[in-house]
Amino acid sequence: MLQDAENILEVEDLEVAFGGTPVLHRISFAMRRGERVAIVGQSGSGKSTAIGAILRLLPGSGRITHGSIVLGAGRTRGDVEDLAAASEPVLRRIRGQRVALVPQDPMSNLNPAMKIGPQVADAIVASRRGTDGGRPDRAEVRQRAIALLSEAGIPDAERRYGQYPHEFSGGMRQRVLIAIALAGEPELLIADEPTSALDVTVQRQILNHLQSLVDARGTSLLFITHDLGLAADRTDRIIVMSEGRIVEVGTPRQILLNPQEEYTQRLVAAAPSVAAVLDAEPLTPPAAAKDATSPILVVENLVKEFALRGRRGSTVRAVNDVSFAVERGTTTAVVGESGSGKTTVARIILGLETASSGRALIDGESLTTTRGAQRRALRRKVQPVFQDPYGSLDPTYSIERLIDEPLRIFGVGDRPGRRERVGELLDQVALPRAVAQRRPNELSGGQRQRVAIARALALEPELLICDEAVSALDVLVQDQILGLLADLQDRLGLTYLFITHDLSVVRQIASDVVVMKSGDVVETGSVDDVFNRPHAEYTKELLGAIPGATFAA
Amino acid sequence: MGRYVVTKLWQSAVTLILASIVVFAGVRQLPGDPALAMAGEEASPEQLAAVRAEMGLDQPLATQYLAFVRDMLRGDFGQSTRTGTPVTELIATTLPVTLWLSAYAIVVAIVVGVLFGVIAERFRGRWPEWGANGFALIGLSVPNFWLGILAILYLAVTLGWFPASGYVDVLEDPLRGLYYLTLPALILGTGLAAVIMRQTRASMIETMTTDYVRTARAKGLGRGRVLVRYGLRNSLIVVVTIVGLQLGGLISGAVVTERIFALPGFGKLTLDAVFTRDYPVIQAVVLIITVSYILINLAVDVLYSVVNPKIRVGGAN
Repeated sequence: MLQDAENILEVEDLEVAFGGTPVLHRISFAMRRGERVAIVGQSGSGKSTAIGAILRLLPGSGRITHGSIVLGAGRTRGDVEDLAAASEPVLRRIRGQRVALVPQDPMSNLNPAMKIGPQVADAIVASRRGTDGGRPDRAEVRQRAIALLSEAGIPDAERRYGQYPHEFSGGMRQRVLIAIALAGEPELLIADEPTSALDVTVQRQILNHLQSLVDARGTSLLFITHDLGLAADRTDRIIVMSEGRIVEVGTPRQILLNPQEEYTQRLVAAAPSVAAVLDAEPLTPPAAAKDATSPILVVENLVKEFALRGRRGSTVRAVNDVSFAVERGTTTAVVGESGSGKTTVARIILGLETASSGRALIDGESLTTTRGAQRRALRRKVQPVFQDPYGSLDPTYSIERLIDEPLRIFGVGDRPGRRERVGELLDQVALPRAVAQRRPNELSGGQRQRVAIARALALEPELLICDEAVSALDVLVQDQILGLLADLQDRLGLTYLFITHDLSVVRQIASDVVVMKSGDVVETGSVDDVFNRPHAEYTKELLGAIPGATFAA
Repeated sequence: MGRYVVTKLWQSAVTLILASIVVFAGVRQLPGDPALAMAGEEASPEQLAAVRAEMGLDQPLATQYLAFVRDMLRGDFGQSTRTGTPVTELIATTLPVTLWLSAYAIVVAIVVGVLFGVIAERFRGRWPEWGANGFALIGLSVPNFWLGILAILYLAVTLGWFPASGYVDVLEDPLRGLYYLTLPALILGTGLAAVIMRQTRASMIETMTTDYVRTARAKGLGRGRVLVRYGLRNSLIVVVTIVGLQLGGLISGAVVTERIFALPGFGKLTLDAVFTRDYPVIQAVVLIITVSYILINLAVDVLYSVVNPKIRVGGAN
């Protein structure tokens, strides 16, 4: 059944269908023992379906309709098995013991009603089924779970054994999930975008850690990701997938530097992390328009303190004495990880939050101090574009009504005039005018974000605050939206304040950058200066954590 | 956790004071004059005045209310105007019957509801789910009294499996006592069981497709273990809330059920008191029902924090 005894996994002509619709079209690939292989693809490429098939945990109506998934014999236990045809009892002895999963989202993959220790212990008990028989010794299982947790990098594991998932940060939860995956000493570890929900520096720590654990055990690693840079950094071989087919297979060097297929070439060109380190042409000429005009946005000594719930009198300083200025017609990025205070700064500028002290002035005026007509005029000058194109558009409104809304609120034009304006705005964001009568759920993520941009542009603002405006999008779409924003800036002379955690996006779009950490500004300057000659230790750390950085160096 | 319970206790105390005011005012809003009812139609104005003075009805309302609260706190509910028996004694003999009946019904409802709910999820789109859904539909739409009559007719009279009516003290003879209560408890619990079944099914369908259930399967755990430790455990958080909300309905259901099966319980006492305008009894009965409703809700809140660790820790901070 297994064609090469050195292979741990041979996938042959695998076809998976949901209902009657095939989503994986006869894919074939093999993995050597101890090899690290990445499957790279955008959402909908079928990469998650592939691992669902290998574990035989396909959601809903998903079924394997053709092909085989042959798992090589275990070193110490277990025979060669065709996972595509294996029965449930056989699969139960394979899952966790021979093939384990590190899932994608640490927030949703732990049972919220169960302490983390028992969740690890469950995995240990399950992985010993059929090995010795008899109930495992509880104290011994507990000790083993604590050992696994500390090995996965959880400090004070003895105490944290009895805590619930919501008492852990995302990074720590991901470490718990790694401990669970390693509990059965599997020979094949499948990591499904294990860090895409985490900050870059945390992401790097966890991946380094995972890698050292995997290397020490000689485990084979199947790594699923949408990030080419990450795949190049972490694996020996990359499989590029698109629309349920394998497009190209090669070493990281081959794929990144000499991609053969047109799709791979586009993916490489758009990959933000790769672009950042390969020093691609920035989309905006850095501050070409930087003449003697006065800055449109000035942030002065901004401080925001939040009262801590339940602890009277104690506060936490989310924003600590932040100052910067944004020149008209340029793009400034505020970069930082979660908790750095970058979003709070954006909310204060938009007048959604009041500052504890300090000011945010748009053309010399502040949204928090102006009232009435003056405030309304100021509101028209600054508009937001938010991160989640699913959450920020009312699903019951038509696209026309969504874009039209700010015009109606400000009483701009009459009905036919507004309709014409919506048409123009759709042209500007390169959407067909026919979209106007559709609803948000009929559009893709990229199209929705275009609608959100069109809505923001409706009142002809001068300053757009983009809060993680492209973070939720696939790389190719992200690239298109960034291109659109650069183009709009050229034509309309817009100013952007870009709030992001993604340094690669900064490189592509911004001319100036403000680096924030725990409420403080760590470093400011032009993108060129900060990227090429970072001064602050934290900035260096952030830059080093960009996936793909080590590869290109 | 401790702080959470203290907050809930404090809220319950406030609710209790408000409830006592409503009960006090409510009884005084009922049509008819209690003094007239007590003294009889032919009583002279002097006799009426004497009765009023004796009952404290000539005092200002605030004074009457304080006296009412003082008596209640002492456990002095007065005497039945109809029989002259102390109300406390009436309650002491009837309340246990209703408590046994309700507790039994709750147990039946939870066991049947959760079991059917899990079965419906596990066998989606196949006959066990249709069966469970059918049961829920019947349980919710057919009124208690009709189900009760049918049960007496077929299960008690025709088949002779259960007694048609009657009551044996559960403490004196547990087996026979429970046997006599089985049919009433089944009937009383049906509605609640239907609600629990639907809720369990809906939340099981949701939890069984979550990421953490898939992760649990990927550990190599068997279906049963995943179902109980990962699926049911999270589904029950929702179920406990629903059960709590429904318990109030159980009390009014008990009134009807006791009537059908001729059980000498609290419900029967209430109905008799209302029909004979026995004010002290009505007052006491309504107050006790209110208090138990508040206590049940308090218990549900505390229980909820036990199943849902997020609330527990949030409250402790």
